[in-house]
Amino acid sequence: MKFNKNLKNVLLIIFATLALSACSTAKKSQTSGDVYTGTDTVEYLASGVKDRVFFATNKSSLTSASRETLRKQATFLRKNKKLNVTIEGHADERGTREYNLALGERRANAVKDYLMTYGISGKRISVISYGKERPVNSESTPLAWSQNRRSVTVKVK
Amino acid sequence: MKKIAILFIIFFIFNSYSYALIKVDITRGNLDPLPIAVSPLHVDDKSENIKELEVKNLGASISSIIEKNFKSTGLFNPLKKEAFVQKPDIAHLKPRFEDWRLIKAQALVTGKLSINGNKLKVEFRLWDLTASKEMVALAFTTTPSNWRRVAHIISDKIYERLTGEDGYFDTRIIYVAESGPKNQRVKKLAIMDQDGSRTKYLTLGNELVLTPRFNPSNQMVTYLSYFRNLPRVYLLDIETGKQEVVGNFPGMTFAPRFSPDGKKIIMSFAKDGNSDIYTMDLETRIVERITDHSSIDTSPSYSPDGKYISFNSDRSGLQQIYVMKSDGSNVKRITFGNGIYGTPVWSPRGDLIAFTKMRKGKFYIGVMRSDGSGERLLTENFYQEAPSWSPNGRVLVFYRETKSGPDGKGFSAKLWSIDITGYNERKIQTETDASDPSWSSLLSK
Repeated sequence: MKFNKNLKNVLLIIFATLALSACSTAKKSQTSGDVYTGTDTVEYLASGVKDRVFFATNKSSLTSASRETLRKQATFLRKNKKLNVTIEGHADERGTREYNLALGERRANAVKDYLMTYGISGKRISVISYGKERPVNSESTPLAWSQNRRSVTVKVK
Repeated sequence: MKKIAILFIIFFIFNSYSYALIKVDITRGNLDPLPIAVSPLHVDDKSENIKELEVKNLGASISSIIEKNFKSTGLFNPLKKEAFVQKPDIAHLKPRFEDWRLIKAQALVTGKLSINGNKLKVEFRLWDLTASKEMVALAFTTTPSNWRRVAHIISDKIYERLTGEDGYFDTRIIYVAESGPKNQRVKKLAIMDQDGSRTKYLTLGNELVLTPRFNPSNQMVTYLSYFRNLPRVYLLDIETGKQEVVGNFPGMTFAPRFSPDGKKIIMSFAKDGNSDIYTMDLETRIVERITDHSSIDTSPSYSPDGKYISFNSDRSGLQQIYVMKSDGSNVKRITFGNGIYGTPVWSPRGDLIAFTKMRKGKFYIGVMRSDGSGERLLTENFYQEAPSWSPNGRVLVFYRETKSGPDGKGFSAKLWSIDITGYNERKIQTETDASDPSWSSLLSK
């Protein structure tokens, strides 16, 4: 029985290693550190204006790529003065629910603050955290988790 | 719920508190559960028929609930009924001890019931077969629809007599019932008996609801609702269904729990990216800020005497557990092990704090003393969190999620329980997927 379990563990490790090495070759281009850099899940507020930015595990700091995206969002919002937005903050499934709610809120506010430094009135921006409740990719993989650690700017209709 | 409790009339026939020879040690994992025979309760022939109840089988139904409760503790081994040697009514009068000892039983439960004038009368006795002695004898009168609770109360009385600890069977669990795809989960508040029966849904699933927790009298629940897309802490009266927002906060409030006296709700309030801990007095409505730190402070839980609060904070960089006085002073970090720690919950006995630990891609449920010493990890899994204590502080219920494939395939969330000994891990049957359990206190106390 114990031997079986050990064997199973060994097999699991072998599989995991294979899977990981497969990942690291195929997906390397899609994350930097563990921040998602791809565009698979990204939608656009307008041509060339990405709707979301991604975060490292447990972090809410903005990468240079995120800041570039947000500057484009700010330009877009300055041009569309009547448009209000909601920033949705999200976390991956690898944390406790309550902490993730706080983390999502912190991420959404990091985005809001950045947009405000580019002249967008805080009155036009509301934030909401969904914690880990609304993944964009439901798979349990490091890639999916990196896609789920995000803040999404959504137009208020 | 109070109303139901009052309907119970409990009286002792006589109680022989002689020193029992059989005693179940629950402080260690029990690898040698006590063999116990639960005789079906004898149903009085003159019992009235009740529409919704199969009165004839009621005695057998009650005894099988008792058996299920015992089995779930891992401390008892209920014996198969086929081997039983005496008719229920005769055994209840006076068992032939040597015959029961022959089937290796060490304890015997007997009883009888009758229904007259829409009153259910139940009587039971616990016998020590080794000492050939009666240990407990009790009778209850209640409305027939309460028959399941009678079974749980009997289970509690026997558990108390044999272990010396309070029971936890006449209790309920409130939780979040989940359905639908992982990225659009429909979540409802649900309440059920501790054994998974009598599930009732308290919300419709129109809005996301999370983290329900009972108040000390089990009549109120505090939880997080996304009603109108405004995540706020709510208060729900289970009997009346009345709901209200707690406080008037200009942003998300979350992670609510009651104070041990039930007068306050403690929770986190997130403002401008920073979550701190607040309390609100339910009577005066006075809001107090307890922590003031630029980090995330959340998952607060009071010590049972109300003097301390444990919470998790990432002020050191990563999530760790802290303890402070209930006014927010004297903040002390108590976790220093490898990994990150969350969801501290103080045991109702006050001696231990249960927590979730994350380390190297695994999640653990564990317990430690309230100064952080004596850490013991009870169970390891891909994902599990949110422990909640049984009222006697012996068992934890928590939820576990499975790893999912592409598009969330294979995803499930279930409730599990484990003894603080680290033994006796069990899945709790729920009608749907389930998470965020909160265990009530004893209903009949």
